[in-house]
Amino acid sequence: MLFKKPQVAFYPFMVLRDDYKCVRCKSCVDQCSFNATYYDEDLDAILNHHENCVNCKRCEAFCPTDAIKVVKNPSTFHPDANWTAEAIRDIHTQMLTGAVILTSTGNDKPIRNYFDHLLLDACQVTNPPIDPLREPMELKTFIGRKRDDIQFDEDGINIKTKIGKQLELEIPVIFSAMSYGSINLNLQKAMARAAKEFGTLWNTGEGGLHKSLKEFKDCTIVQVASGRFGVDLDYLETSAAIEIKIGQGAKPGIGGHLPGEKVNEGIAETRMIPVGSDAISPAPHHDIYSIEDLRQLIYALKEATNYEKPVFVKIAAVHNVAAIACGIAHAGADAIAIDGVRGGTGATPKSLRDHVGIPIELAIAAVDDRLRKEGLRNEVSLIAAGGFRSAVDVLKAIALGADAVYIGTVAKIAAGCTQCQQCHTGRCAWGITTNDPKLAKRLNPDIVAENLYNLLRAWAHDIKELLGAMGINAIESIKGNRLRLRSWGLTEQENKILGVLPAGM
Amino acid sequence: MERKLMKVYPIEENCISCRYCEVACTMVHSESQDPVKAYKLEGLKPRPTVEVKGAVSISVMCRHCKHPFCFDACISGAITVDENGKVNLDEDRCVGCWNCVLVCPFGAAHPFVERKHSFKCDLCEERGFPACVEACPNRALIYDFER
Repeated sequence: MLFKKPQVAFYPFMVLRDDYKCVRCKSCVDQCSFNATYYDEDLDAILNHHENCVNCKRCEAFCPTDAIKVVKNPSTFHPDANWTAEAIRDIHTQMLTGAVILTSTGNDKPIRNYFDHLLLDACQVTNPPIDPLREPMELKTFIGRKRDDIQFDEDGINIKTKIGKQLELEIPVIFSAMSYGSINLNLQKAMARAAKEFGTLWNTGEGGLHKSLKEFKDCTIVQVASGRFGVDLDYLETSAAIEIKIGQGAKPGIGGHLPGEKVNEGIAETRMIPVGSDAISPAPHHDIYSIEDLRQLIYALKEATNYEKPVFVKIAAVHNVAAIACGIAHAGADAIAIDGVRGGTGATPKSLRDHVGIPIELAIAAVDDRLRKEGLRNEVSLIAAGGFRSAVDVLKAIALGADAVYIGTVAKIAAGCTQCQQCHTGRCAWGITTNDPKLAKRLNPDIVAENLYNLLRAWAHDIKELLGAMGINAIESIKGNRLRLRSWGLTEQENKILGVLPAGM
Repeated sequence: MERKLMKVYPIEENCISCRYCEVACTMVHSESQDPVKAYKLEGLKPRPTVEVKGAVSISVMCRHCKHPFCFDACISGAITVDENGKVNLDEDRCVGCWNCVLVCPFGAAHPFVERKHSFKCDLCEERGFPACVEACPNRALIYDFER
């Protein structure tokens, strides 16, 4: 290609346009935020720079006459199991730039998804299933520290024991941490509204809480991360819970970097940094080098908020996750959030996204086991994150031992995301992971709030149907109930870690 | 004259410049009721036009003004105002002088040079509900009583 490096010609996607159906409305030209589509007045034709196409499918979705299809480039490299197109293109990128390859969303490698290898039980003859449309069914979930013992009044009916602050969820699904900056305010607004209406929580992420969202106080988890963006007493108090973010499934062990050019006035004010300055989250919290240090921060936050807010600690699922989670429980956290290897992000080096961490299914099982063995399970709630795709995944995670799950990618997909992995560019054509005013306005918070509410409603129905088939009428009764799971196609060792029997046993 | 008119109101903050309003309008005003044939065989053009400048975009169509300049300027009596305040353009009576095109402060009256008449938004009178409002994917157009 003229004036370009030769490798640029090996682009992965192409835009096919049925010229007969094209009415030259130029919708696609305007929708493309990656400069892959343009109108040539002399030719009266709409043409493409295929090399810029990222397969976000925005043009395809907004072509009024269905004239566009974005396809994989049929021109391939020589078929080779080792030297895949991805491997070759990554070398091209690094040899031309000399830089780490940045990407976004979650791990896209075929790491075994254990949810797909787990099967749920159902009742037949010897125990009756329940019809969730006729009989009451409860998904209510309480997050927070539970007491070891319960004492009753003399009457033996009323509970005398006072338990600490509990968060009451109508569905064990919480919107995951996505910061203002990595996503725009419109999606945060939509998540906050949907969470409030349905009776669950949303998480601010590490970018602070925008003043317009303070009204959602009672359904907001505020995050305190290594950059401490937007953290002050008012922030901590405008919340249902506080989360200390240690790590993230998509990039365990590294921090974050919101480039200065993305820090507009709104973000600067919310993060409490100057406009245009880089927002850098260090890899470690520089005041946390041990479990004892973590305990200090947990209690500093509790002290600051008068012991009224549960404190969560979020970590990435890494090799020693069970031991680390135990330490966090000992340190006094009210809930541990664990983010698995498939967790998403707005920007991460590709090598970390694809090769660091362990699957969440194994992490849940290992952590739940270990906490039980240490007699700590009732002291902390366990929130699983990273790669949940459906209500079935949620239920399987709860059967493995989680109390609730975080969904981030699901919320993004409900807002239009097509998983094109370009969040880090800030050019999201669907207006999700961008703060460019032209693009951000594409996400109408009213519409997305409705979509998210519908999604939670649908998942609640789904979970109820599955529970009913198992003859269970409350989500509490499936929590950690691995006897209602069977696996297929897993090794003995994997079954042992998951604590499930193979199908047929 | 008591005005009880429903108009199409564009909301700038929600407009994503996708041109669905344009194409939907062209389609429903065509013989074929097909968007491709409407543009390519019938040579029709959209009545609302999406104006884009940077992050700002908005769909502009006839505002059915209280004191329509086009009505004053029309030399053939093609433009009339009904009892509700709706501004009608009779394309058969139009002689193509383009006065309405020149005086419209919104650029909402368009010349159809080939057919020698001008055209503008008729609020989808025959259809009952404006096609542009129905087609808008981001709720950037609303059909409401005059404010």
